[in-house]
Amino acid sequence: MDSVYQALVDIVGQEHVSNRPEELFIYSYDLGTTEPHRPDYAVTPRTTEEIQEIVRLANREKVPVVPLGGGLSLAGLAVPFKGGITLDLKRMDSILEVNEKARYALVECGVSQGQLTSYLERNYPHLTHSEPGAPPTATIAGNVAIHGQGDIAQPYGFNSDMVNGLEIVLPTGEVCKFGSCSIGSGWFTLHPLPDVGLFLGWSGTTGIITKVSIRLFPGRRIRGVGQFVVEDEELVPEIMYKLSHTQMTEDIIAFSQAIPPFASGLQHFTINIAADSEKELEFKQEMVWDDTLGEYIRSGAGGFLGFRSGLQRPQVSKTSDWRKGGGFEYVGSIMPVDTYPECYRRGREISERHEIPYTVLGRCVGTAHAMMFSWTYAFNRADPETMKQAREALHETDDLVLELGGTIWKPGLYGQKLVMERLDPNTLNLMKKIKQMLDPNGIMNPGNWEVS
Amino acid sequence: MYELKFDESECLSCATQDCLTRCQYMDIDRDTAKAEILKIARGEDSFALHDCVTCYACEEYCPVNNHPFYLIVEKQEELDVPPLPRPLIRRGIQTGIPFRGEPVIEEVNGRALDMGAFADLMYLIQGKLFDDLPVISTDPRKMFHYFCQLMYLHYARTSVIKERLPGILQTIARHNVTEVICFHDECYGTYTSYCPAVGIDVPFKSIHFFEFLYNRLNELRDEITPVNLKVAYQRPCSSRLSSDKHHFVRDIFDLIGAEYVEREYVDENALCCGGTIQGQRREGSRKRAADVQRRNIEDMKNAGAEVCVFNCPACYTTLGRLVAQNGIRPIFMSDLCRLAIGEKPAGWR
Repeated sequence: MDSVYQALVDIVGQEHVSNRPEELFIYSYDLGTTEPHRPDYAVTPRTTEEIQEIVRLANREKVPVVPLGGGLSLAGLAVPFKGGITLDLKRMDSILEVNEKARYALVECGVSQGQLTSYLERNYPHLTHSEPGAPPTATIAGNVAIHGQGDIAQPYGFNSDMVNGLEIVLPTGEVCKFGSCSIGSGWFTLHPLPDVGLFLGWSGTTGIITKVSIRLFPGRRIRGVGQFVVEDEELVPEIMYKLSHTQMTEDIIAFSQAIPPFASGLQHFTINIAADSEKELEFKQEMVWDDTLGEYIRSGAGGFLGFRSGLQRPQVSKTSDWRKGGGFEYVGSIMPVDTYPECYRRGREISERHEIPYTVLGRCVGTAHAMMFSWTYAFNRADPETMKQAREALHETDDLVLELGGTIWKPGLYGQKLVMERLDPNTLNLMKKIKQMLDPNGIMNPGNWEVS
Repeated sequence: MYELKFDESECLSCATQDCLTRCQYMDIDRDTAKAEILKIARGEDSFALHDCVTCYACEEYCPVNNHPFYLIVEKQEELDVPPLPRPLIRRGIQTGIPFRGEPVIEEVNGRALDMGAFADLMYLIQGKLFDDLPVISTDPRKMFHYFCQLMYLHYARTSVIKERLPGILQTIARHNVTEVICFHDECYGTYTSYCPAVGIDVPFKSIHFFEFLYNRLNELRDEITPVNLKVAYQRPCSSRLSSDKHHFVRDIFDLIGAEYVEREYVDENALCCGGTIQGQRREGSRKRAADVQRRNIEDMKNAGAEVCVFNCPACYTTLGRLVAQNGIRPIFMSDLCRLAIGEKPAGWR
């Protein structure tokens, strides 16, 4: 009997460990173009203590550990490149606390976006969180770990800016808490204690998030989405700037795509507006459509397509329908908003060169301090040639992000390498020291952020 | 090239100038109306070209069937007076481009129901009313091969209609249909009004959806139980092109025991759903559309309507939720008819 397997069984019980090839296969790939790598074990712990024991075991046995949330990053961030233990965290799915007055929720690392949304709708309909465009099975912890953004990103910024506290199992097995919770107070703030900031954006290479406190925000009774369209991509930055200046919108997204044909060559905006009354809604609509965008309508440069109740989230996954085989992956980036026109034009060029219908999208983050801009490439999962095409397009796009002065969001291995080549040497050296200090045996998600 | 059959002398001798004097969105006296329609006919600019909300109603108001609406939109295009902002026009034109392969053509050899560009609404043609009725344009991926194109009147792009329509007619004809029941008024109006007006031959006979429903209900008369509902009807813009069939609305309501409530904005005085008005270039279009919708729904409420009946999916999209928020249940005509014969449309309580 495999001793690691038996040790894992002793920690979490037989039904929560697998070394069966057909189950490990599921953990060997994500939905993007990354080449699959099979783990040796898949484990689904239920408690922080079980995770501690697993990590200690991994250190003893020098076995890699790869934490896995919803598994939806697409960039291969949880593909076990060097085998080992995939730590599937979905069983840790308790919503531990909602503090209504302080507007935060404390959740375990396996709690999904959809789970929190439905919980809040049932119990605290006047509170909401920033749900990303990913499927609702994406986890809260996984999303903050990759610096995700959601549908209230425009006023409130990145989801990782909304963290009030963290509980982490370090690569050596100790549990650490960060924020007000670390001194025995509630989980209401990450500030103003000394900043250690070591766990977000590291792709699980510095520790495993086991609990996260996330800020909640006023959930308005009426939420709806309006659409606006322009032909000239050069208008997008100024429109985003003007819209964000009103502070009347929850989300501003601009997109363009080759398919369906209606969207080709045009820049569509989806603009979410929320209100507690019809009176407030009409006031906000007047500010947005009439006062801010009216000049474009009257000049004929922009058109209002109407406003409907109900939320609309970006659905780049539909891109996969436009090519046989149902695959897609995107390069995400965090860019200055004024690069939108260039991002759009250069993205189209890359797509057309690789014979992939183009799909681009820019989401305004934090009062237009930045935008998340994505270039999506469809491929046929059953056709290695189209996967190769898409992979090449993705790599070219990673290069483009840096060329245009942006940063790659949740980069895969190729993007991480590009980023590290450009990183300030002192910063890079510090990253290396931090990793060596926290993870002396190099067990945490190896392959990612490996500083040579 | 296809040319609009418009006779200026009819306008010169017209005693009423109903086309513009009856317009619900412009306040024009008879003398001004005559002067403006003649200016338009002669290719000159007119404020009416700028202020037209493209509601189609003047096509019905004209006492001599001289096609004032078709003229207005042709001249809007010729004189570059687009009613909508440029990006909306481009978007609209691109919407009708088929992009997911060729349709599968099955020969019907007789009568068929054409879903046009609404293949995703097949759930509206369920039950006994549609038993054994062949249907064409059933695949949402291919439905733009059957798109009648007349929507582009709202966009002042008759050139697009004339360019694409012959191909659409050819696709339908390849099914070897003799009679086409048009699911949407707009298709019926295209084939029976617009095509003759510009000289496009239509190789089949068109049947209005309401005429079909009325006849089917008559065949099933024994199974009808009065619905006993007070109903308002949201008349779509394109029904102005088939005003000779509008009586079927009342006929159907009489047959199924629905009370057609007395309203101000009814029949020839019906108000637009607002869908096209809200996007127009003119100052205040969004608020103008909202005001039209508010007046329309208030009128339904004041008349005591319990149900608002739709035939146009676009009207339903624009107005359905609003009427529901005002306590009036939205329903499509085919579903209302199904209620009368004891069938229960999905979602109806």
